[in-house]
Amino acid sequence: MANLIIDIQNVSKSFGDFTVLDGVSVKVHEGENLVVFGKSGTGKSVLLKCLVGLLEPDQGNIEVYGQSVLKMKKKEMDAYRKNLGFLFQSAALYDSMTVRENLEFPLRKNFKFSEEEIRAKAERALQMVDLSHAIDKMPSELSGGMRKRVGLARSIITEPKIMLYDEPTTGLDPITTKEISKLIRNLQQELKMTSIIVTHDMICAQIIADRAIVLHKGKVVIEGSLNELISSNNPFLINFFSPDIIEETNGEIDGF
Amino acid sequence: MVSSTGKSLKAFFIEIGGMTAFMMRFFRYFLLPPYEFAEIRKHMEELGVKTLPIVSVTGFLIGFVLALQSHPILARFGAESVLPAMVALSVIRELGPVLTALIFAGRVSSGIGAELGSMRVTEQIDAMEVSAIDPFKFLVVTRIIACTMILPLLTMYVNFIALIGSYVSILLLQAMSLQLYTGEIIQAIGFVDLLPAVAKTFFFGFIVGLVGSFKGFNAEKGTEGVGKASTSSVVVSSLLILIMDSVLVKISLIIWPI
Repeated sequence: MANLIIDIQNVSKSFGDFTVLDGVSVKVHEGENLVVFGKSGTGKSVLLKCLVGLLEPDQGNIEVYGQSVLKMKKKEMDAYRKNLGFLFQSAALYDSMTVRENLEFPLRKNFKFSEEEIRAKAERALQMVDLSHAIDKMPSELSGGMRKRVGLARSIITEPKIMLYDEPTTGLDPITTKEISKLIRNLQQELKMTSIIVTHDMICAQIIADRAIVLHKGKVVIEGSLNELISSNNPFLINFFSPDIIEETNGEIDGF
Repeated sequence: MVSSTGKSLKAFFIEIGGMTAFMMRFFRYFLLPPYEFAEIRKHMEELGVKTLPIVSVTGFLIGFVLALQSHPILARFGAESVLPAMVALSVIRELGPVLTALIFAGRVSSGIGAELGSMRVTEQIDAMEVSAIDPFKFLVVTRIIACTMILPLLTMYVNFIALIGSYVSILLLQAMSLQLYTGEIIQAIGFVDLLPAVAKTFFFGFIVGLVGSFKGFNAEKGTEGVGKASTSSVVVSSLLILIMDSVLVKISLIIWPI
């Protein structure tokens, strides 16, 4: 089996009285694409934010390459984050910078590349997401799909070993969803990244997933290949993966 | 009633505590490399360009109206000849610094609050942090330094424009040569009028940058959070400028009595 890269151990996180994560344990191996499913508000994004140190879990431990993220000092955290790509749900492009500046920003701040190298890397990253023509545009001039692509290009420009995607296809039409999903799949194969993809989009998951888990009420309720999840007899999973059944049951099915 | 007052008081002290911690964080960070000189210069240029038109108009009108208002009062005591000196002292010691700072607060603090607030709610600040770039250092420290540096320059500029406004106003009332006007002013103004007045604007600039950044950086989620950050930046920074002014004037009068 491939090396264990990400090991989330029994992580819990609450906001006030509201428990978002309740003893979540997840392992991700090298080169694997793990899809995290779950209804809105089940803590999928919170899990990713705990993983990158933006949020601190109340309990549990998170190890990446055998090192605890929670115990990292600032320098270690910076080194860890330089090896990490994160595509935010909103793409989180810097509004005040052009597409080129957005892409070049992490390279200029964190690495000592020459001016030519920086420019070449930015151009290559944009080529990979098929947006070379948008290099001098401002983020406000881009469509939702284009923003996601630029966000993706910015995340992979440093050639990270680990890539995290927070709802990469939410709000996009089915055709763009397929394009972005294929792009993620291709990039993952080309750059040999280990990825966690948070989504509730089946099109995206079918293209990307090597393995999937379902988060429900703060817990991992099932884990397996996408086919195993889809063919499960569990009422919640049937409800989750076949939206047409919701009408017949008023969405009240809960098998866990 | 009592509980709502208690809640407001609690929120007030939490706010004060939060802002103090934010300020301490600034002092801890601003000496540490990397120094973002290019970013500071960019912000100074932006802030200067943004506020120059409005402070120019305000400066001119302050001087103009002050001379217009003071003239009949001084005439009542037969003291019209001290008009240039009186206007210059009022503008340089108090009106110039405070009014420029208040306009600066209205224009800049709200802008910083809205800009950082929208960066917070659209996850741009998180994105920066995840890229191993310290958003506090890059976004906050640079803005606070830029505000602190630019406000004294703007104030001196406003003082100058206000004195032009006052001269125009005097010319409408009576004949006076420019030479006489400037001579009167130079004679009236000393080191103790100029230095403390300019020195206090560094504090005002710092307040504007600090409050705007604090409100924006800690904005709550949603567009409402951005609006709140922007509005409360202006209110809090204006209030703090006036409080700081009273304190600094008192201190400067103790150090340099007139």
